[in-house]
Amino acid sequence: MSVVEEYQPVFTGKTLDRLREIFTRYPTKAAAMLPALWLVQEARGWVSDRSMVEVGELLGVTPAHVRGVVTFYTMFHQHPVGRNFVQVCTTSPCNLCGAEDVVQAFLEHTGARELGATSPDGAWTVTEVECLGACGFATPVLVNADFVESVTPERVPEIVRKYK
Amino acid sequence: MGFPHNPHARETVLLSQYFGDPEARSYKGWVKRGGYEALQQALAMPPAAVTDVVKESGLRGRGGAGFPTGLKWTFMPKEKDKKKPHYLCVNADESEPGTFKDREIMRWTPHALLEGTLITMHAIQADVAYIYIRGEFTEPFAVMEQALAEATAAKALGTFKIYLHKGAGAYICGEETALMSSIEGKRGNPRIKPPFPAAFGVFGMPTTINNVETLAVVPHIITHGAAWHKAMSLSSPKSTGTKLFSVCGHIQKPGNYEVTMGFPLKDLVYELAGGMRPGRTLKACIPGGSSVPILNREETERCLLDYEGCVAEGTLLGSGGVIVFDDSADMVYQIMRLARFYAHESCAQCTQCREGTAWTTKILERVLAGQGKMQDLDLLLDLAENMTGKTICVLSDSCAAPVVSGIKKFRGEFEDYIAGRRRAMVA
Ligand SMILES: Cc1cc2nc3c(=O)[nH]c(=O)nc-3n(C[C@H](O)[C@H](O)[C@H](O)COP(=O)(O)O)c2cc1C
Ligand code: FES
Repeated sequence: MSVVEEYQPVFTGKTLDRLREIFTRYPTKAAAMLPALWLVQEARGWVSDRSMVEVGELLGVTPAHVRGVVTFYTMFHQHPVGRNFVQVCTTSPCNLCGAEDVVQAFLEHTGARELGATSPDGAWTVTEVECLGACGFATPVLVNADFVESVTPERVPEIVRKYK
Repeated sequence: MGFPHNPHARETVLLSQYFGDPEARSYKGWVKRGGYEALQQALAMPPAAVTDVVKESGLRGRGGAGFPTGLKWTFMPKEKDKKKPHYLCVNADESEPGTFKDREIMRWTPHALLEGTLITMHAIQADVAYIYIRGEFTEPFAVMEQALAEATAAKALGTFKIYLHKGAGAYICGEETALMSSIEGKRGNPRIKPPFPAAFGVFGMPTTINNVETLAVVPHIITHGAAWHKAMSLSSPKSTGTKLFSVCGHIQKPGNYEVTMGFPLKDLVYELAGGMRPGRTLKACIPGGSSVPILNREETERCLLDYEGCVAEGTLLGSGGVIVFDDSADMVYQIMRLARFYAHESCAQCTQCREGTAWTTKILERVLAGQGKMQDLDLLLDLAENMTGKTICVLSDSCAAPVVSGIKKFRGEFEDYIAGRRRAMVA
């Protein structure tokens, strides 16, 4: 027997209040799209199909329109990711400074092993990203919302321990 | 100053004076440092007079295109139609590889940006400003949020409204029309111009888009006057003021250095930024962010850092992101990596860009894997030609620039791969 889990809306209580405040910043409701999707991801960790429908209803646009937006922006997750989401910059300037070794160190120490895959304990997902706008602090790494500068492979174990 | 290093005697610190000083971040601290005086001065002037001062100062956009700032403001309607609010979009999407100056302006001197934004809003009679900050800039966003709250509480905003808008990971949203699409809640697709933003911008209303650094300069121009700004020029009179250069890659002291327009690139790299690592020599340099042609050593040592000086060496000042490559750099690999960046970031609307960036990357990967043919170099140049000047925005041209200049200046490295004298592992 399959049990269909009932969808719990994201936008209730305080989150709905926040969205209402966001609506006042723009002349159209549809413009609240990115902020609304950020609220969804903050609450759920990713943006599910059902959440896209919910956002569409609140903003007065079709679910297909919401999907089009979600798929355009790389920071929105369309699937659940690890509790800790690691983004390592590997664009040219960081590559020159050894970013690939930083990626390897994260894959190893988190147990995530493969780029984009989640570690067996569900704690880590490691990805490569394009220029993080901090090329003078190579290699910059985003761990969740924390921006860590000048990461070297040697510093990776300590960073991983901190978020365990 | 050479943040995160100590200021160098040859820098002219204007925007970067308070980098690293946490007290400058607060409203009180900023006012103590003379902040918001320029705003009061500007508000006492008619909007057109503010625009005139900026026009006269010679300030040109620091976001990459170098368009004269005051002139851009004059495109906005002079007589305001009550039904048509005016908008200012502040471009804080900073994603051009090699560039990290707007980040430091926001992190350390958020009120400098707010003050410049407010003065500009007055000049173009804007009602609302959106500061579009890339999603990955978590710390600058938090600092700006705090600064905006403090400035609002201190009633510094008057009737102007400023909102922060957080991006979500898309280089293309730094292109001005894509940025407007993104604010409207859409995919970040650039739009065909005309109509130009000053006539039909965000939400179909008159809009001006300016870069963070551009706006941060404005209060200084109001305080010191147009003549003062115009006098800051070491070479071409068409390039005035100071400029923040972000230096990165193979360099001893990476960081932001602020120098007067026309400063020699050679001195920036060898002297201010500490030069090469021991035993290494400079092979190549990209002076204006990854979208501009690569310079070889000779050109780097000759290049003067202003709009005209860069053009004289066949490149562009762009955003001022200086990427340094020493003799250990594999230029074929680095150029592939840049092409891959553009392929990843193409919005895919235009065929030449979508296909061109993808094929350029594939061919370069093939060359690196030892499966290239000599004809591939001509094929890459042919592709690049079809990617230049043919699309809605210039992302496609930006991919072609490092490829064409790279093949021209480092052809031997490509040929080594093709002839099997060299091989690389490509992930
Ligand atoms: C693909 C692409 C990306 C861009 N990214 C940025 C950016 O991140 N920040 C920026 O200020 N300008 C960027 N620009 C330039 C803007 O389109 C625009 O010229 C600039 O924001 C105008 O401000 P300014 O006149 O003050 O320089 C980009 C342009 C293109 C074509
Ligand atoms: S290239 Fe890594 S932050 Fe810019």
